[in-house]
Amino acid sequence: MSHQGTQVEIPDEAPPRTPSGRRTGVGDTSHARSWSRGFFVKLAVVAIADAVSVYGILTAVAVQSWGVAAFLLAALVAITWVYFSRRGLPAKYLLPGLLFLLVYQLFVMGYTAYVAFTNYGDGHNSTKSDAVAQILVQNEKRVEGSATYPLTVVDKAGTVGFAVVVDGKAEVGSASQPLTAVDGATVDGGKVTAVPGWQVLDFASIAGRQDEIVNLRVPFSSNPDDGSLRTQDAQNGYLYRSALTYDAAADSMTDTSTGTVYRPDSRGSFVSPDGTALTPGWRVAVGFSNFTQMFTDSRLSGPFTQILVWTFVFAGLSVLTTFALGLFLAITFNDPRVRGRRVYRSLLILPYAFPAFLSALVWRGMLNQRFGYVNEVLLGGANVPWLTDGTLAKVSVLMVNLWLGFPYMFLVCTGALQSIPTDIIESARMDGASPFRIFRSMTLPLLMISVAPLLISSFAFNFNNFSLIYMLTGGGPSFTGTPVLIGHTDILISMVYAVAFGSGLKQYGLASAVSILIFIVVGLISWWGFRRTRTLEEL
Amino acid sequence: MRRSIPLAAIAGVTLALAACSGSGSGSGSTASATASAKPTLSGTLTMWVDETRIDSMKPIVDEFQQQTGVKVDLVQKVSGDIRTDFVSQVPTGQGPDVIIGAHDWTGEFVNNGVVATVQLGDKAKDFSKSAVSAFAYNGQQYGVPYAIENIALVRNNKLLQDTTAKTFDDLVTQAKTANTPFSVLIQQGDKGDAYHLYPLQTSFGAPVFKQKDDGSYTNEIGMSGDAGAKFAAYLQKLGKEKVLDASIDGDKAKQAFLDGKAPYIITGPWNTTAFTKAGMDISVLPIPSAGGQEAKPFVGVQGAFISAKSKNPLLAQEFVVNFLTTEKVQTELYKSGGRLPALTAAASKVDDKVLAGFNAAGSTGAPMPSIPEMGSVWSFWGTTEVQLINGQAADPAGAWTTMITNIQNAIATKK
Repeated sequence: MSHQGTQVEIPDEAPPRTPSGRRTGVGDTSHARSWSRGFFVKLAVVAIADAVSVYGILTAVAVQSWGVAAFLLAALVAITWVYFSRRGLPAKYLLPGLLFLLVYQLFVMGYTAYVAFTNYGDGHNSTKSDAVAQILVQNEKRVEGSATYPLTVVDKAGTVGFAVVVDGKAEVGSASQPLTAVDGATVDGGKVTAVPGWQVLDFASIAGRQDEIVNLRVPFSSNPDDGSLRTQDAQNGYLYRSALTYDAAADSMTDTSTGTVYRPDSRGSFVSPDGTALTPGWRVAVGFSNFTQMFTDSRLSGPFTQILVWTFVFAGLSVLTTFALGLFLAITFNDPRVRGRRVYRSLLILPYAFPAFLSALVWRGMLNQRFGYVNEVLLGGANVPWLTDGTLAKVSVLMVNLWLGFPYMFLVCTGALQSIPTDIIESARMDGASPFRIFRSMTLPLLMISVAPLLISSFAFNFNNFSLIYMLTGGGPSFTGTPVLIGHTDILISMVYAVAFGSGLKQYGLASAVSILIFIVVGLISWWGFRRTRTLEEL
Repeated sequence: MRRSIPLAAIAGVTLALAACSGSGSGSGSTASATASAKPTLSGTLTMWVDETRIDSMKPIVDEFQQQTGVKVDLVQKVSGDIRTDFVSQVPTGQGPDVIIGAHDWTGEFVNNGVVATVQLGDKAKDFSKSAVSAFAYNGQQYGVPYAIENIALVRNNKLLQDTTAKTFDDLVTQAKTANTPFSVLIQQGDKGDAYHLYPLQTSFGAPVFKQKDDGSYTNEIGMSGDAGAKFAAYLQKLGKEKVLDASIDGDKAKQAFLDGKAPYIITGPWNTTAFTKAGMDISVLPIPSAGGQEAKPFVGVQGAFISAKSKNPLLAQEFVVNFLTTEKVQTELYKSGGRLPALTAAASKVDDKVLAGFNAAGSTGAPMPSIPEMGSVWSFWGTTEVQLINGQAADPAGAWTTMITNIQNAIATKK
C-alpha cells in the first residue's frame, strides 16, 4: 500500500467529487477513502483477507466448529470495518498483530491452561459420547459360528433395509422390522437382486448414505438374543450380538451375559464395582491433581526435585560461563595492541552463525563414546563415557552450551565495551588504579547496566533450552526407577516432553500442568531480575 | 455519497467470496442417488502413510481409483508422528479415513477408541494365521494385514561361507575368525533397541508378555524372574566382550556391514535390499540360540486401519477389506515393498532366496504384542538394556527387576 497522502480527516460535507471519482485536491483527504491507487491495492488486499476468512468460516461451519467460525466472523467484521471506516482507521497498524496474538499466543495459552485441568492423554482422548459409541462397537461381536450373508441394500420410501438369502429363501428387514421372508424376489448366485416393493440401491447411491447403512442393525428375528444383521462394506452381512448395553437414563453400561453394571467414575471411565474399567474412557476435569502429582507421587517427586535443581544450575552456569568467556575475549580483542582483531572477531562469531540444534547434533556425534572425534582423535582412543555417565553428561551439556553461547556474549560485551567513554577509564588510570581495579570498579559496573537485562533473558532462554538437551543427550542417561523416562540431563521443559510423549504413555494434562509451572517460575525470575537491574541503573 | 465506498468494497468482497464458495461447495456434495448403468462412485478417501510405505502404496491407490472411481488422497506423514497424530486427530474429526501402519499400534488405537472394527469373514482363512491375529484384540479384528516382516541373521558370504554354530556364543567365536573389526552386528543406539535383541531374550525363555495357548498375549509380564535375570547377565557379558555396543546405532551397523567390517548382522528385510543392491552376496539364516531355547524374533505385520470417525466408512471398508485383500494387490505390494505378503496365495508365489530365509527365520517367531500395555514397555526396556551393555548397571538382576517394576507401574498408571 502507498502512503503518500496525509492523515487529515475530511469533514462530512466535503465538496462533491469529480465524475471520475478521483480527488484532485491534495491534503484535504485521507487516502483510505479516496479513489487513489493505494485504495485499490488496499481493496484487493482486504478482499483477499476477507475471502480467506469466509472460506474459513464455511469450512468451520461444515465441521461444526462454532468457536472457530465465531472468531473468524469477528475477524472478518473487524478487518472490513477497520480498513474502511474513518473511526477505525487508527487501528490499522494494530489489528494484524492483535489477531495473530489472539491465535498464536492467547489461544495456545488458554488451551494449555484448560488441558492442565483435565486428564487428557492416552485412554482419555475424546468426549463421553464418543467413548460410549466406541465401547458399544468394540463389544459388539460377531455371533460365533454364524454364516456370512451376501447382502443387498434396499430402500423403501427413504427407509434403508437389508435383503439376504437365509436357508435358500429371500428375506428383507429394516431397523424396525426383523428379517422376514418375501415372495417374488429374484436371487442370483446367493445374492438378492430384486425385491418387490423395495428398490435395490447401486453402489453410487450407497456411497451417498454411508452412515445410515453402516449404523443400520436389522434384527435377525423377533428374539433379540438372535442378534442383528449389520454390514460394514454393503456387500457382506454378519450376525452381531452386543455384549454391553448402554442405559442413557441411568448412565450406565450393563454386561448382558454377566449382568455386571459399569458406572462412570470421576476419572472418566466406566468402572464395575470390582474396579474393572472399560476402554476407552473420556476427558474429564480433574482439578489440581495434575499440578500436585509432581510433588505427591513419591516416584516422581525425587527426580523432579533433582531436575528442578539441575535446571537452575544449568541455566545459571550456562549464563555465567558464556558471559565470562565472552567478556574475557571481548576485553582481549578490544585491546588496540592485538593485531588482526577483525579476523579473530569474525572467526569467533562462527559457532553463533551455525544453527544451534545442528551444532548439538554434531557434538553428539563427536562425543560418542566409541566412534566420537573427541575420544578417538583428541584423546587418542580413550573410552570416556561423555554422554552416558550422569555427571560427565552434565559437564558435556555445559561445555557444548558454552561453545554455542559465548559468541553471543562476546558480541554483546564488545558492543557494550565500545560504548564506555574512554576518558573515564583514562582518568582512573591517571589516578593510579591497577588494570584489575579499573575492570572491577569501572568497566564491569558500567558494562552491567547495558548487559544485565540480556543476561536475564539469556537465563530465561537457557531455562527452556529444549533443543540443546533434546538433540545432545535426549535427557539421558536415564534415572532408574521413575515411572516416566527422565534422566540426569533433563531440564524441566525436556521433562515435559518426556511426560507428554517419551514413555509410550501420553499424559497431555500432566505435561500442560508442568509447563504452566515452568511459565510461572520463568516469569518470577524475570520479574525479580528486572527489578534488580533497575537498582543497578540507579547506581 | 461517500457511504458508497464501503458498500462497493463489501460488494466486491462478496463477489470474490461467491466465486470461492461456489467452487468449495461443488466438491463437497456427494453424487445424488440416481441409478446409472455402470456403478461409478464418487467420493474421496483420505489415507495417511509414512515415508517408508508411501511409494509402494501410490500405484495401489491409483488402481483403486480407476476401478471404483473413488479418489484416494494419499497424505505422507512422518513415521515418528503418524501414530500420535492419528490418536489425537481422529477425535476432532480431522483424522484420515484409513491409516497404513504396523499391527502393534492396535492396542493403543483401541485403548483410545480411534479405530473401527473390520470383519474379514471368510477371507480370514486366506491369510497367514499369525498375520490376522496380529490385528485382533479382545476378540475383535481391527486391521487388515498385507505384509509380514521379521529380523534374521544375515551373513556376508565373502567373509564366511559356512555357519555351523549352534549357539550364539559359538557364532561370535566363529565370526572372529573372519578378522573383521566387528563380529555380529546388532544395532543399539543410546536409547537401546529391544526389538533387535528380542531373539536372544526369547532364547532364555523370557518373552515380554506371557502368551495364552492360542498365541494371544495376556497383560502379565513374562520376562521377570530367573530367565530375565540370566538374560540381563548375558547382555552385560556381551557388552563387556564388545559384541554389543550402544555406540552402534542402525545406520552405523548397516554401514559397517556394507563396508565388510563384520561377517554377520542381525537385521530385517528393510536393509537387505541395500546390501544386494551394493552387489553383496548374502545368506539369510535363523538366529542361533543364546540361552538354550529357540530364538524367536518378533514378527511384525503391516496393514491398514480404518478410523472410528471416518466419514466414508463404506468406501474405507471397500478399500481395506475388499480391495487390499486381493491376490493381485498383495503381490504388487510385495514387489514394491519387498516384504512377504500376508495373503497365503500371494506368499506361495514369492520366489526369492533372501525373503525365503527371512520367512524361515520368522516361522518360529511370535507376533509383536499389540496390547496397549506394550506402549509402556519399549522405552524402559531399551534404556535398561543399554545400561546393561554400557556396564552402567552394575547388578544386572537388580537393574532388570527395577525395569519390570517400572513397566508394571507405567501399566498401572495407564489404567
